[in-house]
Amino acid sequence: MPVEPLNETPSQTAGPYVHIGTLPSVAGLNVRTQEKLDVAAPANAAGERIFIEGTVRDGAGTLVTDAILELWQADSKGKLPGFWGRAATDFKTGLYRFETVKPGKVAGTPDAPFVTLLIFARGLNIHLHTRMYFADEKDANAADPTLKAVGDPALAATLIGARSTESGKTVYRFDIRLQGDGETVFFDI
Amino acid sequence: MANTEFYRRDRRWHPAPNVPNYKSTVLRSPQRPLLSLPQSPVDLSSPVFGHAKLDPLDHDLILNYGTGAEAVGERIVVHGRVLDQNGAPVSGALIEIWQANAGGRYRHVRDGYLAAIDPNFGGCGRVLTGADGKYAFRTIKPGPYPFRNNGSDWRPAHIHISIFGAAFTQRLITQFYFEGDPLIAKCPIVNTIADPAAIDMLVAKLDLENQGPYDHLTYRFDIVLRGRRSTFFENRPEGN
Repeated sequence: MPVEPLNETPSQTAGPYVHIGTLPSVAGLNVRTQEKLDVAAPANAAGERIFIEGTVRDGAGTLVTDAILELWQADSKGKLPGFWGRAATDFKTGLYRFETVKPGKVAGTPDAPFVTLLIFARGLNIHLHTRMYFADEKDANAADPTLKAVGDPALAATLIGARSTESGKTVYRFDIRLQGDGETVFFDI
Repeated sequence: MANTEFYRRDRRWHPAPNVPNYKSTVLRSPQRPLLSLPQSPVDLSSPVFGHAKLDPLDHDLILNYGTGAEAVGERIVVHGRVLDQNGAPVSGALIEIWQANAGGRYRHVRDGYLAAIDPNFGGCGRVLTGADGKYAFRTIKPGPYPFRNNGSDWRPAHIHISIFGAAFTQRLITQFYFEGDPLIAKCPIVNTIADPAAIDMLVAKLDLENQGPYDHLTYRFDIVLRGRRSTFFENRPEGN
């Protein structure tokens, strides 16, 4: 029998003080100072060690310096549960940064490797959901059904992290634009 | 069954992204429609947070700032159940909470409100739901505070709450309020939600029967996370 589902609890903004409950040392609290939630994959995790960093900007191009991002991904072999992380955009520079391993392609799916990113901030009444795909996965990206569904290459480009090497470390740059020119593609999943 | 999709989110039930009376939404809300995607195995799985990572005082905000002295304010316990949309309890769900102190001041480097800091209150807690989906934490009732929006708008007393379910699609951050607060109806952030029945889901109810006599009042706040669509054809995999 079909059932009438209950209503989901509605969302409200995480607000500007989200760090207190999620990254308390960023808020200035002297608790949980040993937690390093921005390191998603433990140091002994198999796979290529990478960093993912970028900024979040609003419709006027202003840096959003009060957001937190959550990352969720498969491990380097595409297995789940994989790795979860959480990072704040820096109060001054606006940069967020995760340390993790590059995810593998999840078996049984047509999807290119990606990481899921959720964005929470003041002014976001409900969190935003996006994905970062990897610029060096050209063939997989070309066959990816999500990137195909996005269609317009300029829009699809908002979902691709650019790879570079900085001081011997592999860094993917992923800037997020909440609104306006270059607005990132966000999903309803 | 394990890979059954979750019900789609009802975006008319949730607050709209751009509500000009809450000014912070105006430049932060995407202009293009969200792109609907099928739920992938990544969306249907979730990180697991065990007891190992929690401190025994994490659910006691009166004591957990670690000074050895108690926070000032109206002592309360908040309890409830985390269910999915099918009414099934969600066990092992990580709940994180944060809030202002009894004077409406956050312990945050960026909060400049003139109300005093309570040296014995951090305003940060967490708890895992039990096998029956139940949770409880002890704290002090936060105070209302003004924020710069339409001049000095006031936030009703509220506690921020973040919940992880058994799948990342269930991820939710929200706020709850306290029954009887006249500021609820006036709040531009509350009123980003259109349906009064949806707002009522965010109002914790006074639970006088479960008070701690001569100690604390108790409030009840139940949470509903997204549920998996039932497989209508599960007895007939070939379809009807």
